[in-house]
Parts: sequence; C-alpha cells; structure tokens
Amino acid sequence: MPPIQSKGTEAVTDELALVQAAKRGDISAFEQLVKRYDRNVFRIAQHITQNREDAEDVVQDAFLKAYQNLESFQEQSKFYTWLVRIAVNEALMRLRKRRTAKTVSIDEDVQTEDDAIPREVADWSPNPEQLYDQAELKEILGKTVQGLPPTFRTVFVLRDVEGLSTEETADALELSVPAVKSRLLRARLQLRDRLTKYFGKKSSRSNQP
Amino acid sequence: MKCSQFLQELTDYLDGVIDTKTRAELEDHLQWCHNCYVVVSTTKRTIEIYRDSKLYEIPDDLRNRLRSAIMSKCAAHKKSPDKKT
Repeated sequence: MPPIQSKGTEAVTDELALVQAAKRGDISAFEQLVKRYDRNVFRIAQHITQNREDAEDVVQDAFLKAYQNLESFQEQSKFYTWLVRIAVNEALMRLRKRRTAKTVSIDEDVQTEDDAIPREVADWSPNPEQLYDQAELKEILGKTVQGLPPTFRTVFVLRDVEGLSTEETADALELSVPAVKSRLLRARLQLRDRLTKYFGKKSSRSNQP
Repeated sequence: MKCSQFLQELTDYLDGVIDTKTRAELEDHLQWCHNCYVVVSTTKRTIEIYRDSKLYEIPDDLRNRLRSAIMSKCAAHKKSPDKKT
C-alpha cells in the first residue's frame, strides 16, 4: 500500500525573500505572505476552535502578531511553521476562553488504556464519500473532527490536513516527535472509528430500508 | 507480530517512514490479519477524505475582508509601533 505523502516544502527561498522585505518595512511583501497563508491559518483555526467567529479573530490576530514580532523571527525555521505556532496558540487561547471551566493545553495527553485499539473493524463501502452529497459529507466530517479532544484535532489538522511533516508539527506545537506521533495515531484511529458509522458497509444507504 | 504491535507502527507505516525490515514484518502481518488490513485501508481513506474535503475553506468575501483588516492594522502599527493596534 503506497504511503501517505506529506505535501513537502515549497518555495522556501521565495518565502524568505518576502520575510526579509517585510522586515525592511515593505508592507506589500507582508501582504503577499498573508495571501499565501490566510487559507491555511483559517482552516487550522476553525479546526481547533470549532467556532467561526473565533477563527476569524485568530486569523487577524495571528497575522498581526507575526507582523509586530517579525524582527524576532530567526529565519532558521520556515516562516510558515512560525506563523502556525502563533496561530495555534491564539486558537487554543480562544478555546480556553470559551471553556473557562476546563483548561485546554496542547501538552495535555488524553489517554485511556485502550483508546488506540479500534473497536469497530467493519470495512467501508468502496467509495464512501459518494454515499452523501457535498453538504452532508462536510457536516459528517465536521461533526466527527469536532468530537476529538482539542489536542488531537490540532495535531491532525497540522499533520494530515495541512501536510506539515511530523518534525514541523512538533516544532510548531513545541512537542516532542514521539508525542506528535502518539497523538496523531490516536486522532487518526478515533476519526476512522467514528466515520465507520457513516461509511461502513452496513450503513450504506442501499442497504437501508 | 500481534495486532497491538502492528498498531503502534501504523502511523510510521502510513507515512512511509519505516525501515525495510519492519515494513516487511508489517506487510507479512497484513497478509493474514484481515482486521488490521481493514484498519490500514480505512485509516488511509480517513486521511484522504479529510485532505480532499475542503472542509473549512474560507469564502472569498470573508478572505478579502479579513485581509484588508489585517493590512490596515499592520499599517497603523508601522506608523506608531509602540501603540497597541
């Protein structure tokens, strides 16, 4: 079975040139960086906060913070990874505000003894996404990812949706590589387990009365 | 190899970052363990479906509105960097 490939690095040199121009005061260079990454930051923010208003605020605050602190960006890592770290922190902070009774930290390691063991091992229909129309599919995927603990969906969105490497994800979240791998495994298995309810062969619409 | 050991290696296996010897052991396990085969294929599909879903795409009008808000705050900060924008 061929492996899932990470999207890989892209135009790092060009990115660095834009960062350096922005540092010299070229605001249009910074706007290019905003245009390049605003979609990604919004997706990450929406995955973590699960709230549209918060996601909009995160996009604005993350880019503004990046601009205000551009001087402190060391250029040893990728600008995008640095920006993602700012965005994740902003998003987790928003989430914390909404859940004052419960603290949310990327360090929290939600674990039960058997949560990595799949419970439901039914196979899926051959083209599961075709069982539903686009809107229904999005609703299912949204609802399912929302059910994951914030720490799991953060790792999942960075690694699997945005295509950051495991090392970049660890860097952005200030976690160790084994911690990223452990969360990613459990996030993937929990999503798979929950999606089986919708995509499993038994839930195929053609089998329903 | 037990299924629990297989699952511990699942992430590296799906990401293609595994040594040849372990890969061979995992693939040998997949030959006879239907459950793990199903877990591998459906987990892979899970990742692909999310990656292709365009879930949480930002609409163009919102994107433009946010960008212009960001840029005007940046411009204000550039003018008076000490002030909180």
